[in-house]
Amino acid sequence: MLDTRLYLLQRITAMIMAPLVLLHLGVMIVAIQGGLDSAEILSRTRGSLFWGGTYGLFVLAVSVHAALGIRVVLFEWLSIKDIKLTLVSWLVFAVLLMMGARAVYAVVA
Amino acid sequence: MIIKPHRGQPLWIAFLLHRISGVGLAIFLPFHFYLLGLALEQSETMDGLLRWSDNPLVKFAEFGLVFLLAVHMFGGLRLLALEFLPWNDRQKTLAAIAVALSFLLAIGFLMRAV
Repeated sequence: MLDTRLYLLQRITAMIMAPLVLLHLGVMIVAIQGGLDSAEILSRTRGSLFWGGTYGLFVLAVSVHAALGIRVVLFEWLSIKDIKLTLVSWLVFAVLLMMGARAVYAVVA
Repeated sequence: MIIKPHRGQPLWIAFLLHRISGVGLAIFLPFHFYLLGLALEQSETMDGLLRWSDNPLVKFAEFGLVFLLAVHMFGGLRLLALEFLPWNDRQKTLAAIAVALSFLLAIGFLMRAV
């Protein structure tokens, strides 16, 4: 059953992200003090293997998790199903992954 | 039958909150990624947008986003516990704690932001 595997994938990505979200919330609360500018963000992230790896994993997990979540909502609330549902889910995954990867690259590289 | 007695129950509201926060975050993400992607070759545009975010209304919207993220995470932890750990009778209390913690975090964010 493919849906069982997707269900598990949704839970696994959630478990991966729980500590990452806590970290992200912490970073936001610390970083927001005194306003944000690109130089300040980049001074923290540029060349950092830790932030690159952490946020790279975050982007991958959230792309999977959001695509699967949207998939369930589209099915339950908008009755989209079968191949259409599969295609939209993959599209959500691909767009988030590409944009997210670009964002991580932009602030780390 | 049009009677749907589960609707409006605290845990149904928790379900709705989890779903709405999830959809909201998924819609927000492309904008978030787009802004950060600007760091690559258009840092002036990025700084322009970041200055725009100093606007009190935007700060308030950010407070909302922090709340959505926190409540999706804490509410999601309740769901993971419900599914994978031994049953706990206090689901409504746990859901309320998730909302309270999220509100606290979001307020903490707003206090630092202003």
